[in-house]
Amino acid sequence: MTHTQKRIVVNNVVMVLSALSALVGMGFLFWILGVLVLNGIDALNWAIFVNEGAPPGYEESGLKHAMIGQLYIVGVATFFGVPLGILAGTYLSEYGQKAKLAEIIRDISDIMMSAPSIVIGAFVYAIIVAPMGHFSGWAGSVALTIIMLPIILRTTDDMLNLVPSTLREAAFALGAPKYKVIIQIVYRGAKAGILTGVLLGVARVAGETAPLLFTSFNDNFLNTDMMEPMASLTVTMYNYATSPYEDWQKLGWAAAFILSMFILGLNIIGRIFLLKKRGK
Amino acid sequence: MSAIVDKFFFYLTRTIALGILLIVAWIFVELFNNSLDSIQAFGFDFITEDKWAPNLEKFGALPAIYGSVISTFLAMLLAIPLAIGVAIFLSELAPAKLKTPFGVSIELLAAIPSVIYGMWGLFYFVPIIRDAFGGVGISMLTAGIVLSIMILPFIAAVTRDAMNTTPDILKESAYALGGTKWDVIKDIVIPYAKAGIIGSFILALGRAIGETMAVTFVMGNVHRISADLTQPATSIPVTLANEFNEADSGLYYSSLFELSLLLLVISFTIISIAKFYFLRRKRIGA
Repeated sequence: MTHTQKRIVVNNVVMVLSALSALVGMGFLFWILGVLVLNGIDALNWAIFVNEGAPPGYEESGLKHAMIGQLYIVGVATFFGVPLGILAGTYLSEYGQKAKLAEIIRDISDIMMSAPSIVIGAFVYAIIVAPMGHFSGWAGSVALTIIMLPIILRTTDDMLNLVPSTLREAAFALGAPKYKVIIQIVYRGAKAGILTGVLLGVARVAGETAPLLFTSFNDNFLNTDMMEPMASLTVTMYNYATSPYEDWQKLGWAAAFILSMFILGLNIIGRIFLLKKRGK
Repeated sequence: MSAIVDKFFFYLTRTIALGILLIVAWIFVELFNNSLDSIQAFGFDFITEDKWAPNLEKFGALPAIYGSVISTFLAMLLAIPLAIGVAIFLSELAPAKLKTPFGVSIELLAAIPSVIYGMWGLFYFVPIIRDAFGGVGISMLTAGIVLSIMILPFIAAVTRDAMNTTPDILKESAYALGGTKWDVIKDIVIPYAKAGIIGSFILALGRAIGETMAVTFVMGNVHRISADLTQPATSIPVTLANEFNEADSGLYYSSLFELSLLLLVISFTIISIAKFYFLRRKRIGA
């Protein structure tokens, strides 16, 4: 075999291996997706949306309490996390720029984005749950806010950076003060990008389970008082899936399906926004 | 008037940005303060002692540390070769029509919450391990495999991104010299993207070691060090998720807080290495 032939053979072998690993990888992932969709659709019915938790064996148990609890916890976290994250990101991009302080905040935020979320749960337990003496929806929201902040901050920073500085200069030349330039020119130019960041940030925290285990805890019934323990789809899913009762496990799959569709939906919408912007 | 609002807006954004640093510092301080009892009671023995016996008020973190290290190592060992294969497929091999849909579906799979990977592992993968190796199927090995599948999309996506930074002109030059696809990948793409690829592996390692939900379902939370991978085991996040709400004494709580602190320090260190050593160089080079 000549050297060239050998190279071609090696090339073909590697390409087949690569395609195979892609196949195996995608196979596993679509297996999981398939399991999720099949079990989820199988478990879905109207009762799930209108009923609250019930003991195992009861026909009419549902997930209404968990869905509403999830909306409360994630909603409150979004309410605080998004404006705070955007404002902090604004500081980095518009005032801090390449200054040392801004760089440190960027680095720390990047690290926090990958830090274990269960540790945030332990932290919130120490500062809120322990002093209050009981779990609460607020504690869950605070944990999710802390997880969401660095994500929103970094995307805002990046997106504002993409706005051409000539736009800012033009506005300054007209005599606009800096805050007006930021709010009326820079934010407007980065709107789609910021929105994408917000959607991806919300999608990310909506799937968090570990930080809720010992902050918002769980509740089998509908509760809209943020001072009390609150159900969430993720913690409910965990509790039901690890229970020995078949109908609870089924509810767990339904919760997994609903939550995944919500998160994938947010991701897809966010991507469409970004594509639209690039297309312009 | 305008000048006042201007100043106000500046200080508002600055305060919030500084607040992020404050929160991170606060997390460390709070976890440390809550660990004090355990640090005083056990000192350095905490991480070398292999007995975790809440009823005897004896807490040693070695089994959890061991479990974290081994399960993460297993996961990386399985995920990295597969992820490199997927990344090569996505960036060099797949027909242009397939690249986008494949790439997007990998990214979407990385967005699926880890609790769902854990659930799938419990219902569909545990029985397979049980049939293959006997025992209960809940084991270190199961946890390692489920973890590897969970981080696969993340590693594949970032490795592909790193490989895609290679300028086309470099690749085209190599093809013009008669290189095969594999020649180009091994001699051009991988050397060019090396720092980015290694950085993303380490970043994935940092994430995997703190991952809770994907492994909590399938690991068993048994505080025993066993060389047999098919035995139930535990890891730091698994211990936290299982025992935090059950802790009934100050020392128990304090030990769990020390575990959290340990986990935070470990992942902070790993992620920092990835970020400062490997990924920064890429940014300058790119």
